[in-house]
Amino acid sequence: MTIQECYAAIGGDYNDVASRLRTDERIAKFLFRILDDGNMKMLCDCLEERNLAEAFRAAHTLKGICMNLSLTKLNTSVVAITEVLRGREEYGDDIAPLLEQVKKDYEQTMSGIAALKSEMAPQ
Amino acid sequence: MSNSKDNKNKKKILVVDDSEINRALLSDMLSVDFDIIEAEDGLEAISILHDQEMEISLLLLDIVMPNMDGYEVLAKMNQTGWIKNIPVIIISAETGGTYIDRAYDLGAIDYISRPFDERTVKHRVMSNFMLTVKQREMSEMLSAQIYEKEKDNSLMIEILSHIVEFRNGESGLHVLHVHAFTEMILKELVKKTDKYPLTFKDIRLISNASALHDVGKITIPSEILNKPGRFTDEEFQIMKQHTVAGAKMLGDIPFRGNEALIKIGYEICRWHHERYDGRGYPDGLKGEEIPISAQVVALADVYDALTSKRVYKAAYTHEEAIRMILGGECGAFNPILLECLKDMADKLKQELNVMSFGVNTANSIHESVTQMLKNEGSDMSNRTIKLIEYERMKFKYLTDISSEIVFEYIAVPEMIQLSEWSAETLGLPQKILDPVGNELWNRRFNKKNFVDFLEKMKKTTPEHSVVSEKYQLSISGNRKWYKVIAKVLWSDSEIPEFEGAIGKIVDISAEMNMIDYLEEQANCDAKTGLLNHAAAKRCISNILAQGGNKKYALVVFDLDNFKGANDVYGHLFGDEVLDVVAQRLKENIRRSDIASRMGGDEFMFFIEYKDSVVPQIQRIFDCITQKYKHFDIGISMGIAYADGFEGDFDELFKRADAAMYTVKRESKKSFRFYDDSMKDLLEEKKD
Repeated sequence: MTIQECYAAIGGDYNDVASRLRTDERIAKFLFRILDDGNMKMLCDCLEERNLAEAFRAAHTLKGICMNLSLTKLNTSVVAITEVLRGREEYGDDIAPLLEQVKKDYEQTMSGIAALKSEMAPQ
Repeated sequence: MSNSKDNKNKKKILVVDDSEINRALLSDMLSVDFDIIEAEDGLEAISILHDQEMEISLLLLDIVMPNMDGYEVLAKMNQTGWIKNIPVIIISAETGGTYIDRAYDLGAIDYISRPFDERTVKHRVMSNFMLTVKQREMSEMLSAQIYEKEKDNSLMIEILSHIVEFRNGESGLHVLHVHAFTEMILKELVKKTDKYPLTFKDIRLISNASALHDVGKITIPSEILNKPGRFTDEEFQIMKQHTVAGAKMLGDIPFRGNEALIKIGYEICRWHHERYDGRGYPDGLKGEEIPISAQVVALADVYDALTSKRVYKAAYTHEEAIRMILGGECGAFNPILLECLKDMADKLKQELNVMSFGVNTANSIHESVTQMLKNEGSDMSNRTIKLIEYERMKFKYLTDISSEIVFEYIAVPEMIQLSEWSAETLGLPQKILDPVGNELWNRRFNKKNFVDFLEKMKKTTPEHSVVSEKYQLSISGNRKWYKVIAKVLWSDSEIPEFEGAIGKIVDISAEMNMIDYLEEQANCDAKTGLLNHAAAKRCISNILAQGGNKKYALVVFDLDNFKGANDVYGHLFGDEVLDVVAQRLKENIRRSDIASRMGGDEFMFFIEYKDSVVPQIQRIFDCITQKYKHFDIGISMGIAYADGFEGDFDELFKRADAAMYTVKRESKKSFRFYDDSMKDLLEEKKD
């Protein structure tokens, strides 16, 4: 699997990321780092604890990462939850479905990246 | 943070972003051209800035961050003035105008939006870097150029005026004296009145142009110029022409007529022999018709002529000259200038005395360059930065080898900074932001102590800025006595501001233990090791004052037949008996109870009890009254309950004493509790 194919599989925009980050090495390097990123867990944990300010921050950071790596599909669902959480003071029923969508997209994206990593590892 | 040797000459950029991936991405893009330092939130950024303010060329700042967000960082940078020297570029995924506007208002100069595009990032950073950092370098170069130009200018003026003076047979010091005199009087003048709106630049121009006042003398034949003795009327008419001639020379300089120096030079040349009363020459101007430049130079000229030796006269002293001028013997001057002269007389004498060639010129140029830079906003030169780095290195080394807890307190942004060794010893980070609210710091130092010490530091003055206090701190786990000594740093502004302090924390537990020991010694009865009466009274009074739910009883007793023991077996044996009694008493009470020998054979103790004190008393009584070497120890004991008693120690003591007295009178070798039947005894005892 090439990076390009990986992007296609996870709903990312390869052309966009390539035009900005310039080299496949760099794209791969930062793509793999997301696997260790803690912001998704932070988002879930904070929502569980109803700490909405911190949840917003985690979502916001995650959004920045998605944008930087042109993870378009994941970015769309992260943006949705970020905007709902912005300045939010009380938990509501509208949040859970948005989180579900983020979880789904996140899982898909991570498994795609993990697959790419395991294929590239031997080299 | 990358800080390898080949990076040494790269400029440093601080990247502040809470997402590690984003920091790494920026670092990856910029590390070819810059040395990247990373901070994961605003607090960390502030602490890095505090340390390396001079080295950091640019700041990339995220807005949404934990602990301290980007806006707060900008606000702090405004507070500390860092914003003037360090350009800030905002990184933001927010494209909303208000976000960026707010950052601009706080002094950010540009922004980079997410997602990062390598070319954009590099371009923005590089161009802003060029803009501000290069600008700083340029302004340093410019100041060097100004210095050179100024030096050349005054050199030319000096050469020109010296030619005139040497022809005139004068020492050459005249020009310098007039220059210095003019400057001093003008500076005093603007302090006294705002009638003449002279800027620093104007004063400098007038002082420089003053050197030209006699330039017209070059047209006067030297026989007249250097004639000893009085001029004839005709000669005087010729001599007077030097004013007009000098002005004409300056006025005729092609294309330069508008230059300020030439204009002022013209005024000075032409009118420095006018008089305030209108009786001077060449134009007979009166009062304020005479430009202030010419008025001041005229005064300076007269003063220096009086105090110098000339072919036709000897030199007057400074005091004589001042007296003559103020007395109106040497012309008519503007009263306010005379006032300046009077007030400046002592300073003039001092300054003009030490005047010599060269030194003054360099001084005044330095002064004008620094003044210019001050007005335009100053920059730290590379040399200064090197010096600061050097001092920092020295300080770090000395604190690290001293094995003392050395700290620095910074008021804004509030933080404690510890030396490496101290931080390690205390198990704390080297930098503690917002120490009052920091739990780790409070655990070591105790918030109350810290706030107290802060108050003490703020109460110092720049003259008496050292403060020290002893505290019990839990620095190494156990509470021990420490002495905290600090030198408070006050700004040298007119109203000194509290900037922070440097100091150390010294373990004085050994000394304090010694003091405690000595105190205990002082409190103890030398013979038995029990407390003495005064110390026991202090302790018991404390407990009574505290109140609480615990129940206590005060007990006094004395030996029934102590005198007999002394008489029969000798004093040494008597002492042994006292020792035994003290020993037995000690063994039968708890550590927290208080026991004392009041003197002679009288003892007192104060014990806590739960339900009834009687069993305890009985046990103590029985134990003390056991035989010692065939000697039958008998005691009379009186007890008073502290529980439910409202009075103080002395009243309680009287009750116990009354009970003991009752025992003595009735049966001896027994104990009794105080009751109301003994009330009369209290009164008796009072007498």
